[in-house]
Amino acid sequence: MTKSILKLKDISKSFSGVEVLHRVSFDLQPGEVHALLGENGAGKSTLVKVITGYHQPDHGDIYLDDALVQFVDTRDSRQAGIAAIYQELSLFPDLDVAENIFVGRHPQSFGLKVDWRKLYDEAHELLDSLGVTIDLKQKARHLSIAQQQIVEIARAFSINARILIMDEPTSSLTLSEVAELFALVNNLRENGTAIIFISHRLEELFEIADRVTVLRDGNYIATTKSKETSRDDLLRKMVGRTISSQYPKTEAPLGEVVLQVDQLTSEGLFTDISFEVKSGEILGMAGLVGAGRTNVAESIFGIRPATSGKILINGLEVSINSPQQAIGLGLAYVPEDRQQHGLIPAMQITPNISLPKLDDFAKYTWILNKKEKKFAYSAALQMEVRARSIWQLAKELSGGNQQKVVLAKWLSTHPRILILDEPTRGIDVGTKAAVHKLMSDLAADGLAILMISSELPEVIGMSDRIIVMREGFITGHFMRSEATQENVINAATKDVRIENLS
Amino acid sequence: MTTQISRRTTPRINVWDLLARFREVGIIVFILLLGAVVTLRAPSFLTVNNFRDILMNISILAIVALGQTIVILTKGIDLSVSSMIGLVAMMVGFVMRQYPETPIFLIVLLGMALGTIAGSFNSIIITFGKVPPIIATLGTLSVYRGLVFFYSGGTWVNSFELPQSIKMLSKGRLFGVPNLILIALFISIIVYLFLKFTRTGRNIYAVGSNVEAAEYAGIRPQRIIFLVYLISGLLSGIGAVLWVSRFESAQTNTALGFELQTVTAAVIGGVSISGGVGTVTGVVLGAILLGIIQNALTLVRISPFWQLAAQGLLILIAVVLDKVIYTRVARN
Repeated sequence: MTKSILKLKDISKSFSGVEVLHRVSFDLQPGEVHALLGENGAGKSTLVKVITGYHQPDHGDIYLDDALVQFVDTRDSRQAGIAAIYQELSLFPDLDVAENIFVGRHPQSFGLKVDWRKLYDEAHELLDSLGVTIDLKQKARHLSIAQQQIVEIARAFSINARILIMDEPTSSLTLSEVAELFALVNNLRENGTAIIFISHRLEELFEIADRVTVLRDGNYIATTKSKETSRDDLLRKMVGRTISSQYPKTEAPLGEVVLQVDQLTSEGLFTDISFEVKSGEILGMAGLVGAGRTNVAESIFGIRPATSGKILINGLEVSINSPQQAIGLGLAYVPEDRQQHGLIPAMQITPNISLPKLDDFAKYTWILNKKEKKFAYSAALQMEVRARSIWQLAKELSGGNQQKVVLAKWLSTHPRILILDEPTRGIDVGTKAAVHKLMSDLAADGLAILMISSELPEVIGMSDRIIVMREGFITGHFMRSEATQENVINAATKDVRIENLS
Repeated sequence: MTTQISRRTTPRINVWDLLARFREVGIIVFILLLGAVVTLRAPSFLTVNNFRDILMNISILAIVALGQTIVILTKGIDLSVSSMIGLVAMMVGFVMRQYPETPIFLIVLLGMALGTIAGSFNSIIITFGKVPPIIATLGTLSVYRGLVFFYSGGTWVNSFELPQSIKMLSKGRLFGVPNLILIALFISIIVYLFLKFTRTGRNIYAVGSNVEAAEYAGIRPQRIIFLVYLISGLLSGIGAVLWVSRFESAQTNTALGFELQTVTAAVIGGVSISGGVGTVTGVVLGAILLGIIQNALTLVRISPFWQLAAQGLLILIAVVLDKVIYTRVARN
């Protein structure tokens, strides 16, 4: 065993009582690419943030070159030679490439004047040493994602980073861009840089990583050499938990097809999406974050209409160009982001609930308060919203209760088709069970439900059928009986680009 | 790898790109066209005297608009500049009336100090109080104007009460060019050098372009934001002294409404209200364009009300054009 450059020992971290990392250990050697693997929410991002000093661990030690260290903030870790490149790139869109690399550390002459010539020379040299050519005077705004990443890497090297953390660097790159990036990574590795590489694409890990560490639900599972493991083995380690019985989807008699989507395509977002949902059925839509599931839901609901393809409701082709039309056709959409899209946080519960059906409470455009209040009260009561009164502000409620308000709001429109996007994300276990029970009841009442969820047990437990999306394509279709965590996640991480090429 | 990336980044020459990169060219072309049209209608437009008038009229505007620009670069805005000018002008006027013998450089320093102090309150409210700049400076806009009345008791300082030294500050000439124009030119050059050639200047752009990334890059955004309102106050203080000098008076309504003109000059000059974009040359040209329009409309005898409308129209054209150019560039 060679000497570790970075070593984590028994790292634990909790947020408001929920343990996100539990005694995780990790070690990194110079000149290796070490992949970090796990499902959404397995704790990878938190671990990275602990390494960069963004979070401080509640428990456990960090060793750099076998010396115990503590990073107070990200500035601290940077000084120690750790650089991270996040999924959301942190460039300055209005500054040019060279300045982006040196921002905050512009070379100076006489300790006062920025030495632009030196800055461009050094930037040029740096990109040369990385083996790339980019127009140094180009504004970052106009760069491709791949180029932006290269600028970030160059910036990391301008501060002499010895440890480079890359969080899903390939998620928005084309195949040839990935090849370029990997060539660069190989180059860095040969020069002794240690790289922590996070990716959901298993194929990539075998291509680039020397070792793989798997995390699951905040726990350290295993570290293996990538040569000595297999795709199946890694998948098993990633999901390896049993499904609890908290998912009570009861079998409901299936009726007619209510919603049918035929070859729906939205350029750059998703391609050839076809599926149908029957009355009484819950269709689960699985996939990784960013697979395009929300885009499909938004285009069905008329927020961003698709560029081609058909939507049929009750067998009739419809064109939906606005949410208003969608509501009129009996659709309801509970979006993923409650704060941004689901409700209006600064308004009270009552007007939040009555919003989509405000016309019903109005007489000659004058809103009848009494009717609205009565309606909102009964809807909130039915959903068991826990609040001081129906005049409490939505933003003061807990996540679970907010979700109940959103559900109350949409159910009050008496939809025939309900689209739920991550219906239980970020809400407590009790409310979660209540939401699941409600979904089951609604299906039994004949509603057609399309449920997007990144939580595998939820998808498998609640759905009658499951479709899996990957990078804008449907890559899997399973009946309830055949769905297992392994085959769903296998479809969710399948490399569609390779298939499309062949 | 090299081949792939370099192939995709070969700079493409394209009209939209050029326009986006060289906003100044667009303004100059516009100024020339406008000048040609006006000269046909009123030949007196094209005289040295008239140009001196135009430059005299926009010198103070250019100075204060540069302060405004530095603020807008950080996504902020300083609405209080007009009241800071009013307040400092009144204080300086009173001092000059009381002590007419004070050397002029001390008066300029006093104006700068008072302006900086006024600006520092904006800085404190915005950085420590976490109040959005538009609200904070809207507040101080009224407070400072109120203080002008409070301080002066409603009286004003007129031309007879002011010593010759302050009047000569702007009226005096060097090689035939009025001092006021030279001062504006000097300050423009200083601000240009500051924004282009100092770390702090570059950090102002960085903070306006992406605050979070700036913080990651080790810049302390709050310090930068504190600084820009100080600078705006400082330049307003200089503007105030020059105002007293040029108009030979300090009144309670000095510079009333001037804040909008500074924003106008900046925006026409290509400063993006969403931060991170803008050049000194652009802003100075923007101020000159504003001056030319006012002058030209007067020469061809169009009512002052129409002048205001023309100014407004100019902002809208500039901003819409920006948007169009920007979306075109983004699409490429």
